[in-house]
Amino acid sequence: MSALESANKIKAKFGALIAEPVEFRGEISLKISDAEQIFEVCNFARRQLGFDYLVDISSVDNYGEDPRWTVVYHLRGVASGQELRLKTDVSEEKSELPSVLPVWRTANWHEREIYDMMGIRFSGHPDLRRILMWEGYPYFPLRKDFPLAGKPTDLPGVAFTQISPMEGGPFVTIPSSGDAIGREPRVRTPEE
Amino acid sequence: MYALGNDSSYNYNNDSNFNFIYLVTTVQDIEIPDSAARAAAIEEAQDIQGERMVLNMGPSHPATHGVLRIVLELDGEVITKADPDVGYLHRGDEKIAENMTYTQFIPYTDRLDYLAPLANNVAYALAVEKLLGIHDKLPPRCQYIRVMVAELARISAHLLGLGAFAMDTGAVTVFLLTFTEREKIYNLAEAASGARLTTSYTRIGGVMRDVPPTWCDQIRQFLKEFAVALDEANTLLTRNRIWVDRLRDLAVVSKEMAIDYGLSGPNLRGSGVEFDLRKNQPYLCYKDLDFDMAIGSTGDCYDRYLVRMEEMRQSMRILEQCVNKIPGGAENKSHEPVCVQDGKITMPTKEKVMSSMEELIHQFMLVTEGVNCPPGEIYFGHENPKGELGFYINSKGGGVPYRMKIRSPSFVNLSILGELLPGCMISDVPVVLGSIDFVMGESDR
Repeated sequence: MSALESANKIKAKFGALIAEPVEFRGEISLKISDAEQIFEVCNFARRQLGFDYLVDISSVDNYGEDPRWTVVYHLRGVASGQELRLKTDVSEEKSELPSVLPVWRTANWHEREIYDMMGIRFSGHPDLRRILMWEGYPYFPLRKDFPLAGKPTDLPGVAFTQISPMEGGPFVTIPSSGDAIGREPRVRTPEE
Repeated sequence: MYALGNDSSYNYNNDSNFNFIYLVTTVQDIEIPDSAARAAAIEEAQDIQGERMVLNMGPSHPATHGVLRIVLELDGEVITKADPDVGYLHRGDEKIAENMTYTQFIPYTDRLDYLAPLANNVAYALAVEKLLGIHDKLPPRCQYIRVMVAELARISAHLLGLGAFAMDTGAVTVFLLTFTEREKIYNLAEAASGARLTTSYTRIGGVMRDVPPTWCDQIRQFLKEFAVALDEANTLLTRNRIWVDRLRDLAVVSKEMAIDYGLSGPNLRGSGVEFDLRKNQPYLCYKDLDFDMAIGSTGDCYDRYLVRMEEMRQSMRILEQCVNKIPGGAENKSHEPVCVQDGKITMPTKEKVMSSMEELIHQFMLVTEGVNCPPGEIYFGHENPKGELGFYINSKGGGVPYRMKIRSPSFVNLSILGELLPGCMISDVPVVLGSIDFVMGESDR
């Protein structure tokens, strides 16, 4: 059964919740319109369609768009070798979606990392705490409005957090900007 | 007083297949005939003497293979709870990637799994090439060079993993054996890329430069010497009574557990799952090469060790075939290209840039804006020595990724520690950590 057939099976089962499968570079992506149903979809994918291996959960910050967060699940079936990507959007006011830990236990650390870096909460997660940054760190570093150089924090005795010395760099273009002046490599502030 | 023998804190050998019931008669059995009161008395006794100690196996520790902190809760010598605390080497690579062109990020990939930098370079270059749509259209010589370099990195990483593992358990000689061989691999990497550790060898669309003419002969010489050294390490460890006793039946990971926890690489294959990205989702020229997958049977530490030893032998096999089959031969007399011949992807040579307008413009665009990738998202997983290193690149077009997620094998492999360690003794911890073979640079990015 190819990934496209599995995607169509998911679409057949969940109907209006799922958009048309998108294919790019040989990979199938499915967009789920309601993040609250992600557990049901993942459970169906695992139990019925044999996607028993969760490769990765990622999060994307669509800064400036609403909904702000996109959570991306990469599924794989070990026996069949097929791969599928599930995407779902979460708005910033809510910033929460169900955890898929009961479906794959590897989701535990992936979700903790997403919470740590982006600030998206996972309801039903037994132990949602920071994993890469230390307890009590006040910001969510991977958000687009968090500057690359970092923000100073006041955590005496725990960690050194000052703005890191960037010496004016890195000089970067804005991807796919219209005019050449916009594309000129220079230091970018988070607002752009 | 009786206790069900399946409680892991009493069961040092993790024999979960047996269910014993111990019948132990104590003074309390006779003095307190009522079982409820007896249970209360036992609890009281445990409160007084059975306190659990919380021990911090801190980030700076000789046996934790880098900066890993594990908070252990101990009942005497036996671990009852283990909570790994990662993040001590977190450098914000994913955030940095959002601010750099694809080529500028290549040196950061060296530092992910710093024991096998060439493999990370190959993984990242393939991911960006998949986004561009050229990852299966690379020139054949480039593919062979990348495979050779990735297999050298695999041997190098397994050697260090094995050496450090053996040293932690006490077999120090193996460490020196493996490091002598690693030195030769470093020399090979230096000949190819110019640097021993931070190679940054691949580029989008190819490799930085062709290998020198004597490189293939150097590999042949290395393989001869390495076979001897590997046999020596094998003699020292594989049937060593102490080694086997320490590793056998420890930290058994079943097939279902391995798949559920997302393990990859030798950890997954050690548990019996037949999944290798080089075979199941072949890329580069692995289809044309003949090699076997090493699969374990029980999923204990000994199996993972054996899988890694066998993988090194299979990598040797791959290297033999590659040096014999490389298109263009060792000296590339037919001038096979090592990069995709597309001016918008590969940097032109300096002579052309200085003399021709088109190449000058290509050079300018590639340096300032980076390789122009189409909008879209891809995920590419590569069979790294530690497991599956994957890059999820979400691009909105242009030369800078919008979001790059690095799916790190060590990060995912470490999550199983919370389930594996309880029931083991403290002295088993270096064995379990060594058999999982993680590297913190990759885990924390």
